[in-house]
Parts: sequence; C-alpha cells; structure tokens
Amino acid sequence: MTRASIAELVSAHPLLTGLPDDAVVQVAECASNVGFDPGALLLVEGGPADTLYLLRRGRVAIELHSPGHGSKVIETVGPGGIVGLSWLFPPFRWQFDARATEKVVAIAIDAPCLRAKAQADDALGRALAERVAAMLLDRLQTTRIRVLNLYDEDGAATREAPR
Amino acid sequence: MRLGHGPMTPVPHRVVGRREETKDVMTLSVAPLADRPMVFRPGQFNMLTAFGVGEVAISVSSAPGEAGPLRHCLRDVGPVTHALCRARVGDLIGVRGPFGTDWGIGDLDRSGGGDIVVVAGGIGLAPLRGAVEQLVREGTGRIFLIIGAREPAQVIFADDLRAWAEAGAEVAVTVDVAPAGWGGHVGVVTSLLGGSRFDPARADAMVCGPEIMMRLTARALIDRGVDPARIRVSLERNMQCGVGWCGHCQLGPLLLCRDGPILPYAGAVAHLLTERER
Repeated sequence: MTRASIAELVSAHPLLTGLPDDAVVQVAECASNVGFDPGALLLVEGGPADTLYLLRRGRVAIELHSPGHGSKVIETVGPGGIVGLSWLFPPFRWQFDARATEKVVAIAIDAPCLRAKAQADDALGRALAERVAAMLLDRLQTTRIRVLNLYDEDGAATREAPR
Repeated sequence: MRLGHGPMTPVPHRVVGRREETKDVMTLSVAPLADRPMVFRPGQFNMLTAFGVGEVAISVSSAPGEAGPLRHCLRDVGPVTHALCRARVGDLIGVRGPFGTDWGIGDLDRSGGGDIVVVAGGIGLAPLRGAVEQLVREGTGRIFLIIGAREPAQVIFADDLRAWAEAGAEVAVTVDVAPAGWGGHVGVVTSLLGGSRFDPARADAMVCGPEIMMRLTARALIDRGVDPARIRVSLERNMQCGVGWCGHCQLGPLLLCRDGPILPYAGAVAHLLTERER
C-alpha cells in the first residue's frame, strides 16, 4: 500500500477527519495497514504502548485477564473507534488486552514515531491531543452510564413499585 | 373497549402459556373466557389483575393480528407482578384495557422507504415487540433494532430477535457485562448508534427503556440528525385507573395512562425527562 493511499485511509478515520493535509501526511508516515484474525491479540496488558490502532473494519474487545478466571470483556470497539489509548501518556504501557472478536482491519500507527512528530510540531500535537481527548471523554461518559446499572430499574413493561 | 364491560371491570382471562424470558421476566399468554380477542395497537397497555392481590399496568407484547393468545411480558418486582409471574397455565387473571397511546405505526409514512430505528433497553423491548413484529411482517423499509441489556442472559425475546434478523431487520445487541465466550458488543446502546447504517434524514425512531437511557438515546439520535418530532419514547408512572380519572400517573401536564405511554420526544417530553423535582 502506498503512502498516499495510507494517507487517504488516515484522513477517512473519524479520529483524524478534517485534519490539515500536512498533518495527515505526517501521521501517514507513521502508519501501516494491518489485519487480525478473530482471536488475535492487538495489545497485551503490561506491554509497551507503542501502537495506536484506528479500526476500519471488525470489532475488538478490550479485556482484562485473571488467571484461573479467564478474560473479562470491559467494552468492545468497532469501526471508527480507536484501540490503544495508552500510547499518548506516560508510562506508555498497555493497561488491558485487546482482542479481535472478528476479522479486523486497522491502521496501525507507530506511537514513538507519532509522539516524536507531535513534539516537533505543536499544531499537530495539539490537534491529536484534542481529538484523542474527545474520544476519551466519550469512553468516560459511556462508562459512567454503565456504572449506573440502569437496566435494574423497572422497565416500561412493569409499572409497579418494588416489593 | 368491549361492549358489556366498563373500563374499570376486569375481564377474566385464562393463562394458556407462560415462558420464562429471564430469571425474573415472564411472558404470560392469556385468552378471554368468553369475549372476542382484544383489539389493540402496539404500545398500548392493559391492567392485569392478580385476584386477591392487586392490579398492575403491563404493556401488550403481541402484534395486532398475530396468531395465538394475547401476550404480556412482565418483570417480577412487586407483589402483583410476583403473583402474576407465578400464575400457572389454567389459572384465571383479570384483564382490562387496552389503554393509552401507541407507537403510531399506522401514522408512519413508509411510502418513501424511510428507516425505522428501534432502541430498547432491558425489558423495554416488551412494549416494542408488537410494533417490530408488525413492521417486519409488513416488510416495508429498513428496520434497525438496537438492544441493550445488563448481560446476555437478560436479553428477552431471543427467538424473535433471530426471526426478525432472518426476515431482514438489522439487529444489534449490546450488554453492560459480558461472560466468557460472549462474542458480541459490550457497551451502552448509544455506542451502537454511530455505526448503525440508518439514514437519519428519513428515520423514525422508537425508544423504550429506563428513562435515563431514553434521554441519552434521544440525544444521540438527534446528534445523528434524526428529527426530534420523529422520535417516540415510552413513559411510565403509577398507572392505576387507565383512563385518566384518578391522576396517579400525572407527569407535568400529562396523565400518562391517557396521554401516554407513547409520546413524541420533541417538546414537553424532552423537558419533562430532565425536569427536577421542586
């Protein structure tokens, strides 16, 4: 895949849509197109956060493994989402596993490469930080809603005070 | 309303079937002893009586014209629903209704092939089942069904979901908590709206579930470009008489047993869903 076509894929992803052309070129210089079979691990807890994945197709489960108890799925991320949020902040270490639950196609961005470019170019760094922060906010808000355990409330089909 | 009965008179129905949807959710199938089958519209509710215990408002889960007995899906949360959930085949219960507003399937303009987006949380699929069944049966336009549940074991109407998907509806299920081996989505229902392929400019949406979920879903639909006037939600309060006499189900200017339960999100409802108690 040529650098130009990688740049097209990069600019089409929701994280980077609308980024100036020169910024897209810089990101594309750190990017490659990758695929994963179902069950493959994209990230492993404790590993160096050296890749940011922009999902194009397929679904990835963010998991936490407990020996003897298997893996717990925390959430799933689909096309348009990103996997590998730890790439941006020290200590640059994965906190969770990420596993393809179906055939996945993604743009893999070399995190040290992108961090270096972001440090050298303030505008790029700020744009990336703002966009990642927006996705982090969305993740935080949806996680907060799940903590409420809303479905334990009475549903609309049962209008009766609890016993 | 059937002749010979006032709106406050329960009509005896016999339990002819019961299906355990989840550990605390039951679908009761009932048939009238003497009357003709009830005429209703999807989204309306009945008052079900557990004789000697009390009465509770439960949405009809059947579709108009659907073969078989009348279905109600209910969760065991209080003394009346507990008694109803324990009813055995052959037992008698009382039914009066149908009451309230409906999803307005007949009012939808499907001639242009507009999309229908159905978002249900938990047992909120129960009042929607009849509407989806009718829409799938009519087969006009695309149907996008997004279901949220606490965990996979709490997804109700699993057989219907499969049948609707086979009939062409796009069905997506997401859960808050996933056991090992679950290969589906994990997350809130709104997280599936962004990737759903409906055309927001030509979509009608029906949303039912916990009120916070409906509020957030309505906002997410509007953010995607759905007209607030084309979003319907189901609101519940303490329905008792079913005909707007007693006032127990008042919510602001609305008596939900009469003016609801199904209401457009735009206008008063959007405000009422965020109005704080004074």
